[in-house]
Amino acid sequence: MKEPKRILDVKGLQTTFFTDDGAIPAVDNVDFHIDEGEVLGIVGESGCGKSVTSLSIMGLVPSPPGKITEGEILFQDKDLTKLPERKMRNIRGNDIAMIFQEPMTSLNPLFTIGDQLREAIKIHKRDWSKQQIQDRAVEMMKLVGLPRAEGLMKEYPHQLSGGMRQRVMIAMALLCDPKVLIADEPTTALDVTIQAQILKLIKELNNRLNTAVLLITHDLGVVAETCERVIVMYAGKVVEEGPVNTIFKNPQHPYTRGLLESVPDMRYKKERLYSIPGNVPKPGTIQVGCRFADRCEFSFDRCVQEDPPLYQTADDHKTRCFLFDPKEAAEHDRTAVKS
Amino acid sequence: MTEPLLKVEGLKKYFPIKAGILGRVKNYVKAVDDISFAVQQGETLGIVGESGCGKSTTGRMLMRLLEPTAGKVFFDGQELTQLSNDEMRKARRDIQMVFQDPYASLNPRHTIEKILMEPLNVHNIGDPKERKKKVHEFLEIVGLSSYHAKRYPHQFSGGQRQRIGIARALMTNPKLIIADEPVSALDVSIQAQVLNLMQDLQQELKLTYIFIAHDLGVVRHISDRVGVMYLGQMAELADSEALYEKPLHPYTQALLSAVPVPDPEFLREEMLVAGDIPSPANPPSGCRFHTRCPFKMAICETTVPIFAEVEKGHSVACHLYEESRPQ
Repeated sequence: MKEPKRILDVKGLQTTFFTDDGAIPAVDNVDFHIDEGEVLGIVGESGCGKSVTSLSIMGLVPSPPGKITEGEILFQDKDLTKLPERKMRNIRGNDIAMIFQEPMTSLNPLFTIGDQLREAIKIHKRDWSKQQIQDRAVEMMKLVGLPRAEGLMKEYPHQLSGGMRQRVMIAMALLCDPKVLIADEPTTALDVTIQAQILKLIKELNNRLNTAVLLITHDLGVVAETCERVIVMYAGKVVEEGPVNTIFKNPQHPYTRGLLESVPDMRYKKERLYSIPGNVPKPGTIQVGCRFADRCEFSFDRCVQEDPPLYQTADDHKTRCFLFDPKEAAEHDRTAVKS
Repeated sequence: MTEPLLKVEGLKKYFPIKAGILGRVKNYVKAVDDISFAVQQGETLGIVGESGCGKSTTGRMLMRLLEPTAGKVFFDGQELTQLSNDEMRKARRDIQMVFQDPYASLNPRHTIEKILMEPLNVHNIGDPKERKKKVHEFLEIVGLSSYHAKRYPHQFSGGQRQRIGIARALMTNPKLIIADEPVSALDVSIQAQVLNLMQDLQQELKLTYIFIAHDLGVVRHISDRVGVMYLGQMAELADSEALYEKPLHPYTQALLSAVPVPDPEFLREEMLVAGDIPSPANPPSGCRFHTRCPFKMAICETTVPIFAEVEKGHSVACHLYEESRPQ
């Protein structure tokens, strides 16, 4: 099999927010990569750093107070963290595009849909004629399944429903044939029947255009449905990474296991839900040791004394937990699954 | 069969749309349009539906936080819609509400003690010393500690705030709790904690719940019976087991098939409904779902289907089942 081509490589990324309470690393030493044409999911609860990761890639971390303090983001052999804003602007929207959670606030209410689509093309394709721009915009509107594309071009965002607005956002993101599409909670604000339509659209476009998709979400159902590979984040760190089937069938990190257990499944009724005790730690409060140790039922002394590294547990599976250190395996029975 | 704790008949809420400088009423948004259901003592009735289906409006009307346009609400032998404001205030001692947003539903300037004491003051329960004791007792019941009483809402996390919201609803020993999206603002791991707490409290205190939510997994987990609403009307109402295993209404079927399941090997039966939810100001004629329904017949466009039982305890409003109804 041919080795898939890496399109984006994030190495040791650390994004720190300098606040009155001191420097808080929202994203701490995160490594991952996206291959051409794949759908990679990042899951995690609020405050785990999944959105800051995506903003770091786009160079959109609000600064001050945020800053990428370490690491590199390699895209086509260029380190995005070192690019000047002027060059970054060429990449943003052109090579890497992004769609956001709230489709109402990401469209300008004072301009028509057409104005906003045409503007996005004009910025990146300076030599196109007006007709070319108009045609491209209409073509993309049709591609994302919007009815009466020409008519919609003259309408304003408030005249569209939530699902249609999100389709417009996707059309806008795909105008310049990006290599990577970052979708930050694209369906969270939508109803389930509309969510199903949008997820199907994202998957179809991924197949047809071979655009790699980085899907950020808190919904494990959405991940299972859409992604090929998953990264689970907790308190600014990657805790587990692997193919979607492995993560759901054979989760290793106690946090991943707990998370999967605590989701009510619509297909059957559990007598009682498993719940992870305690709360997500405030960013920056835990300096040493595993971030999950105080909520973990398997934790032992070493967990609070050292930072666990990411252990390679299979060719394509990594887990940040001492239970998977070959040295510890003898003493701690990691297979003891809670009920 | 015993008399239900709560019985709702033909409940409606029309919000006027005003236009022009004189503010003349131009049209109505039919947020809730003629729904009826009953809730038995000790059970949990789940109400699901997408945004704008009227599920929250229904919850608010039961407490008369919104005045119903028409319809009757029988609660524990009283007809609530006929009560005076003063009588209604007394009745609210037995019906309490838990709200969605634990950040907005607690006054940021009051301590937890003051927030939890408020219902006792309003209903004149106990003397100050007893009230204080009760506050501490209920903080422990919902899994917090009595030393939390002197703190302010911003010092708590989302999950803890929702626990406080639940404690506040419990202060007056209510019979019925209406929970409007109580866990949708919470993270998955915290959501499981709050759901478990609500189930424990129900057993200990013999509570009856109306659980309003959009998450079908959560609703199945907590409910004994589930009602599905669409555009202000009840589409289907059945035991939770029957509704999820054998949904009858095409809308329920579509809704269930649209929920992403946390299992990558699960192959769903695809039933995507096209299009968006129509505006409740101008709902489709006949059956309100006919514009998106894959089984649409001629009659659906003209006649409103009756909401009635098809099997025992399983009611549905759909022309497909007209014949199978017991006459």
